[in-house]
Amino acid sequence: MKVEQIAIFLENKSGRLSEITRVLAENGINIRSLSLADTADFGILRLIVDKVEEAERVLKTEGFTVGKTNVIAVEVPDKVGGLASVLKVIEEADLNVEYMYAFVNKSGENAVMIFRFEEVDQAVKVLLDQGITILSGAQICAL
Amino acid sequence: MATLYWEEEIETLPRVGLESIQLRRLRQLVARVYATVKPYRDKMEKAGVTPEDIRSLADLRKLPFTVKEDLRDNYPFGLFTVPLDEVVRVHASSGTTGKPTVVGYTWKDIELWASIMARALTCAGAHKNDMVHNAYGYGLFTGGLGAHYGVEKMGATVIPVSGGNTKRQITIMKDFGSTVLLSTPSYALNLADAMDEMQVDPKNLSLRVGIFGAEPWSENMREEVERKLNIKAVDIYGLSEVMGPGVAMECLHSTRGMHVFEDHFLPEIIDPDTGEVLPPGEKGELVFTTLTKEAFPIIRYRTKDISRLIYDTCECGRTLVRMEKVTGRSDDMLIIRGVNVFPSQVEHVLMGIKGVEPHYQIVVEREGNLDTMLVQVEVSTTIFSDEIRVLENLSKKIQAEIKDMLGVTCKVKLVEPRTIQRSEGKAQRVIDKRKI
Repeated sequence: MKVEQIAIFLENKSGRLSEITRVLAENGINIRSLSLADTADFGILRLIVDKVEEAERVLKTEGFTVGKTNVIAVEVPDKVGGLASVLKVIEEADLNVEYMYAFVNKSGENAVMIFRFEEVDQAVKVLLDQGITILSGAQICAL
Repeated sequence: MATLYWEEEIETLPRVGLESIQLRRLRQLVARVYATVKPYRDKMEKAGVTPEDIRSLADLRKLPFTVKEDLRDNYPFGLFTVPLDEVVRVHASSGTTGKPTVVGYTWKDIELWASIMARALTCAGAHKNDMVHNAYGYGLFTGGLGAHYGVEKMGATVIPVSGGNTKRQITIMKDFGSTVLLSTPSYALNLADAMDEMQVDPKNLSLRVGIFGAEPWSENMREEVERKLNIKAVDIYGLSEVMGPGVAMECLHSTRGMHVFEDHFLPEIIDPDTGEVLPPGEKGELVFTTLTKEAFPIIRYRTKDISRLIYDTCECGRTLVRMEKVTGRSDDMLIIRGVNVFPSQVEHVLMGIKGVEPHYQIVVEREGNLDTMLVQVEVSTTIFSDEIRVLENLSKKIQAEIKDMLGVTCKVKLVEPRTIQRSEGKAQRVIDKRKI
């Protein structure tokens, strides 16, 4: 039920982001979603791609520092209070969200949010117990 | 202006007389060190030389060199020639890795140092009526206390203000009427800037002369300090392994170097690659042998400082040889805000942090009057995280540990792998952009 995300270390200098997208494109890898976090000195690019292993390999070959992490793709009702209801569950279970970002495509009538939890397995359990839909890697790549 | 001397007879002694004093002291020193310090004896035996082989000053070159590693190998007190109960003080400076370099002094050494320092101060035109503002750091560093005892010995008044708290320093200067300033040259420029901010005009202060050392500085910097502080700026040389400040001192007449107090410190210039002694006047690495120190004498210590010895007679009347302003180093030591920094120390810190690879580069710059040190560290897969917080903590940890070990605040920048240039086998560890 977990989705593999790749993260890439980036110095804040021009051309790096386009370099990554070029490498992925040349290798026929599709970016499904991304989020960029940055500080004054560096940034971390997080990607959900259709071919994770392949993406990791080609980026490493190009000299990037790449890491893999498990995140959770959660269906969020696309209506007022939709995200609030999911976050309420998370808060009540005392789960720590490291970061989150939105997935580009919708899953039926629902939006999809990517969550990075400190304790992934526990988070999966809590969300499923509360009847919240979690999507697998294959599922979100098919959206 | 009449030249002032502290010990006129010895400072103006014809060289023949000086050399006979040097030889007598050298022979005594070698015999004493040979008899009391095993590491020295072992090295001499290995080189096939005994104290009896030292019959002239030229025989000095038969003796093996002492290097910083010897001090580290015998850390902390292994090269002392007297029992510890006779040692009244220790000082330490940074070693090349981890452990500091420790030196010790008997009470007689402290008195001797005070008197040599008094000689140095007098050489710079200071006298007993002076109010001496001592902004060298007090502590393990020899600068503060070394100069302090010299000022007292000379009979002037010392203000043990030490480093930092610049605005208070200026208030003290103004209120106490400081006439002589002792500091690093870069700190002197800091003081000048702070005066400007506080709208204190140096012309209204009593400052007359500045004695600057502990870091390299250029003639341009001298001109700038003199202009901004409205003083005469002179250069002082010293290093803890040899004694501390006061090994050599510029006089008010010379701009061609500092008088080496060679009745106590015997200088040589060698080729740093071959170790051969170079003819007088040639440029090379400065080597010192202490002639009179008790607790921690040193034989042929390689300073790694590049200089040249000038034997012409100086206008001031001193016959003591002059050493040219140090123009560089034969090793990779950096001096950052007066603190000695070896790239190997930074590497040592980095290697102590789990997952950090030794791909780093140190960039030194001078912003305004202040040296800045930036340590760039490549982010490997092991230390990489998808969380900003983790990487920021790592960078703070590196910064804190470098500060802890070196006493220098640096900036840490995490960089992508392979951004630090690898040249043939040996990476370029240091980029020094300072124009000194």
